[in-house]
Amino acid sequence: MMKQPEDVINKGLMKDVKHDHMSKKESKWAYIKKNYILYLFLLPAVTLVFIFKYIPMYGVLIAFQDFSVTRGIFGSDWVGLAHFRSFLTSPNFFQIFSNTIKLSVYGLVIGFPVPVLLALMLNQVRRAKIKKNIQLIVYAPHFISTVVIAGMIFIFLSPAGPINALITQVTGDSIAFMSNPAYFRTIFIISGVWQGAGFSSIVYVAALSNADPQLHDAATIDGASLLQRIWHIDVQVLKPVMAVLFILAVGGIMGVGFEKAYLLQTDMNIPASEIIDTYVYKRGLLSGDWSFGAAVGLFNTIIGLILLVIANGVIKKLNGETLY
Amino acid sequence: MSKQTLINNSRFDRMILFLNKILLILIVLAIIIPIAYVVVGSFLKPNILLNQGISFNPEHWTLDGYRRIFEDGSIVRGFLNSVLYASGFTFIAVSFTVLAGYALSVETLVGGKIITVFFLFAMFFNGGMIPTYLVVRSLGLINTPWAIILPGAVGVWNIILTRTFFKGVPKELKEAAEIDGASDFRIFISVILPLSKPIIFVIALFAFIGQWNAYFDAMIYLNDRSLYPLQLVLREILVQNEVPPGMIADQLARAEMQRAAEMIKYSSIVVASLPLMVMYPFFQKYFEKGVMVGSLK
Repeated sequence: MMKQPEDVINKGLMKDVKHDHMSKKESKWAYIKKNYILYLFLLPAVTLVFIFKYIPMYGVLIAFQDFSVTRGIFGSDWVGLAHFRSFLTSPNFFQIFSNTIKLSVYGLVIGFPVPVLLALMLNQVRRAKIKKNIQLIVYAPHFISTVVIAGMIFIFLSPAGPINALITQVTGDSIAFMSNPAYFRTIFIISGVWQGAGFSSIVYVAALSNADPQLHDAATIDGASLLQRIWHIDVQVLKPVMAVLFILAVGGIMGVGFEKAYLLQTDMNIPASEIIDTYVYKRGLLSGDWSFGAAVGLFNTIIGLILLVIANGVIKKLNGETLY
Repeated sequence: MSKQTLINNSRFDRMILFLNKILLILIVLAIIIPIAYVVVGSFLKPNILLNQGISFNPEHWTLDGYRRIFEDGSIVRGFLNSVLYASGFTFIAVSFTVLAGYALSVETLVGGKIITVFFLFAMFFNGGMIPTYLVVRSLGLINTPWAIILPGAVGVWNIILTRTFFKGVPKELKEAAEIDGASDFRIFISVILPLSKPIIFVIALFAFIGQWNAYFDAMIYLNDRSLYPLQLVLREILVQNEVPPGMIADQLARAEMQRAAEMIKYSSIVVASLPLMVMYPFFQKYFEKGVMVGSLK
């Protein structure tokens, strides 16, 4: 008699627990059913990313095969690391690899600080209207296409072009800029700064305009000179932004400027202008050497990822120990 | 105020500021002069430009370069193709991105985390040029506009961006609509979308410009010249030095042909770059916003 209520309670509890358990599973499905429209919203993007990002990731397997289009991934022969070996031991490996690294590292060393300096300079322009107009002008080259930039470079630097007209007036001799490998990197990097520095400065200009103006007033009262204020206030404001952008830039080292490099490539400047991506394109797509091209591309991606991780670690350490 | 210290520093400071102004003027000139040279050059008779450089004598001016461009179909057709590709690309990029970004911004979404990881992973790792090409090829997209429009349309970074934006929309707005009995779809259309005009506009702007100026996908996926976008036609003229024969067919002497071809280079640069050059100042605010919300390219 006394047990009955307990039983009832127990049963009731059990029921509740059971019900709870059920409702969690049920509610998941109920949720999906009720909000199916959200999943429909996701479907197009998921489909495109799956087809054009994930299937190619799987397709990377052909780097370890002698892929033939007619036999497909399942039917082609596996060759292990043979393509990697043949790339790494090929006579032009060192040149292509060092061209890639040099082009992007020099580009980074020269191209990275310019937008920062430009932002610091713009920040000293007092009249808002003038500042805005200067910004408008320095952004302009960003909107010119890579093909047009390459075309302008060919026009300006051609033997009969305006720059050689000036040079011949001074030295009496013209310079074959586009067919001499010695000039390739300089041309590539300077034109990159011309095109990109203004637009890249936007993010720094915005960071500076968010800085507390009272800091400057206080520093001025304390007798700090302009350069001291720029160094101790403005530059400090920019440091975190620079750190993030630097990590991203280092991560992108292996994939830098390929489209422009390909356009500026001439038969004569190949010793300096052949970089990994142009090589992948020519060997893999133009000559139909699919597996070899995929292997070289994969090599490039992996080096890029390693660089990203290293840069991230280094900046973390620097930020942790010295900057703050 | 301590005028004393201001005066102490002021002479050196003023010199720095003066130097700053000079440098900025030089930078502005370094940007304007090459652009102006091409624009002026496009109106100059080619032998004048070649022999004596820029001239402002009206007798030396001509519209011949532009006439040649518009008489031949290549540039015009490339222009129209580019409008089509850039619009299609922008439409897909914006709609797919915004829909996905909204769904992921719903905090209670079952499986939302897994799907976010699915997108993020694709941002850091990719199969590369050759495997992507093989996928596009096996889908039968080579030589169709879809090869330009589809593969790059969904930018993972943009999805993350819109998700963050939608998360910032006050919950009360949604709840109020729910109480009124609005469905998820209805809430999205009439509450969320009107609020997200700025971010939609920024994504559309960057997508359109990026596609308008791109040439590489078109180069590898399109062989049919009638499908070429403007940038690919320009590449032939400017980089490969192959002016469409129709533009210079009337010139008989080889030297004359070359001069006409040279002039066409200048005027085609102007025709191709003019639309963006004229439009971007109106959108300056949005570019600044766009770069701020997440260094969109």
